[in-house]
Amino acid sequence: MVAGASVHTAGLRRVFDKGGVVIDDLDLEIAAGSFVALLGPSGCGKSTLLRLVAGLDAPDAGTVTLAKNARVAFVFQDAHLLPWRDVLHNTALPLELAKVGVTERLREARDALAAVGLADASDKLPHELSGGMRMRVSLARALVTKPDLLLLDEPFAALDEMTRQRLDDQLRELWSQLGLTVMFVTHSVDEAAYLAERALVFSSRPARIVADLLFELPRERTVALRAEAVFAKEARGLRVALEKGGA
Amino acid sequence: MRALRLIAPPFVALVVIVSVWEFLARALAIPLYLLPPPSAIAVAIAHDLGDLALAASVTGRAAVYGFLLSAVFGTASAVLLSASRALERALYPYTVFLQTVPIVAIAPLLVLWFGAGMRAVAISAFIVSVFPVIASTLAGIRSVEPALRDLFRLYGASRFDTLRKLELPSALPNLVTGLRVAAGLAVIGAIVGEFVAGFSESGAGLGILILSSYRQLRTDLLFAAVLFAAMLGLLLFGAVNLAGHFLLRRWHPSAREPS
Ligand SMILES: Nc1ncnc2c1ncn2[C@@H]1O[C@H](COP(=O)(O)OP(=O)(O)OP(=O)(O)O)[C@@H](O)[C@H]1O
Ligand SMILES: [Mg+2]
Repeated sequence: MVAGASVHTAGLRRVFDKGGVVIDDLDLEIAAGSFVALLGPSGCGKSTLLRLVAGLDAPDAGTVTLAKNARVAFVFQDAHLLPWRDVLHNTALPLELAKVGVTERLREARDALAAVGLADASDKLPHELSGGMRMRVSLARALVTKPDLLLLDEPFAALDEMTRQRLDDQLRELWSQLGLTVMFVTHSVDEAAYLAERALVFSSRPARIVADLLFELPRERTVALRAEAVFAKEARGLRVALEKGGA
Repeated sequence: MRALRLIAPPFVALVVIVSVWEFLARALAIPLYLLPPPSAIAVAIAHDLGDLALAASVTGRAAVYGFLLSAVFGTASAVLLSASRALERALYPYTVFLQTVPIVAIAPLLVLWFGAGMRAVAISAFIVSVFPVIASTLAGIRSVEPALRDLFRLYGASRFDTLRKLELPSALPNLVTGLRVAAGLAVIGAIVGEFVAGFSESGAGLGILILSSYRQLRTDLLFAAVLFAAMLGLLLFGAVNLAGHFLLRRWHPSAREPS
């Protein structure tokens, strides 16, 4: 159904007036349907890269190429819901802006909310939700457009361990069901190894790829995996690469 | 209980001030035309209630018209100015001019342009009250969360949808704040307008009543008219507050019940 979009960048460059060169001559190849974690020191340009891929920011040189007509969704570090809209109508917003009919968009929104386990919260307002629930609404809002490419910028960083684990599981589950491409920025080595098939480690500014790792882990992932030796080995490999990169 | 604790202190203060005033006015035998005691003002209110009520309704109508003009024109201007930085830079200084222009000085101009009466008075109320609406709504639109703007952009929102579904709702708390200030100013603008524009078709407003009681040294009636003017402002302010509360109570912290 949803195919997943490949992402390709060539000679990507972004310079800020005050910040200097953040991304320089970056070539990136991400296969359709893959789950890629992006790691690197703070301020190295991960968010900038994600914004460039989403088309929210324009590169100073180089190109970003997505599969034709790829639908892109973005989840920010904070939920960023509209405080005056209930959960259902927040979730339906992207479809509303795309002029999808009201019956259809509310049905899709209900489905998306059910997928993140929030079916009974649809008439609540954002301020009535916990941080974890708000984040899940944000995820449902991203999924409601049936995106081919999902970009997440440290989405669960502000949450407690248990909630984070649950959302990680949900995200991984959704990814394997829907077959979309995921780019996931995180500072957590364990989270990256647990979620992704592949990790890209960036150097400090300007962001260069210092390591490109493929995890050899089972496709089916549960909490138990975190305690196993194979997982520890992959996580260690990633941690070493990150330290070499200057984190 | 809470309501009592809220109302009791100002009420006690009022009683004390009025009593002291009454006592001093009598004890020092201050001439009535200089400072009438509260009891004399009360008598004037009772005696001229009809005139006062009519005047308040005339002034009130002009103030409400001016206020509504401010609400509509102020919001529209803010939307227009927010559309481009260049436009804002070019026009914003002139909106500041609206605030700094002494209304007494241009009121005669209004009479020349719009004729003596309700229209000139309402426009005077409008000129005095529009700036806070423009300024606060503009600030509200400008401070929309950047991430939400990104979200609307990512999903291909039209300019109109961004305005209707993001900018205006985000700016609503600021708009309400601006309107609260405008409510009080509109009454002031109407009364100043009446000083210059004089009678309107529908009768004498509070401004006229204040001028005529001054000329006749009816200081008791003058005080009564000032009291009515203050209450008019309070009434308009209260109405805006109530409307704002109902618009915002579901989601904005400023209107939510403290829990
Ligand atoms: N709009 C901007 N204007 C100027 N400088 C910017 C802008 N956005 C980002 N920068 C600069 O670009 C660099 C990279 O920022 P970016 O947010 O991409 O880092 P990051 O890798 O996401 O960091 P973190 O892990 O802390 O989120 C930083 O030095 C930042 O100061
Ligand atoms: Mg970042």
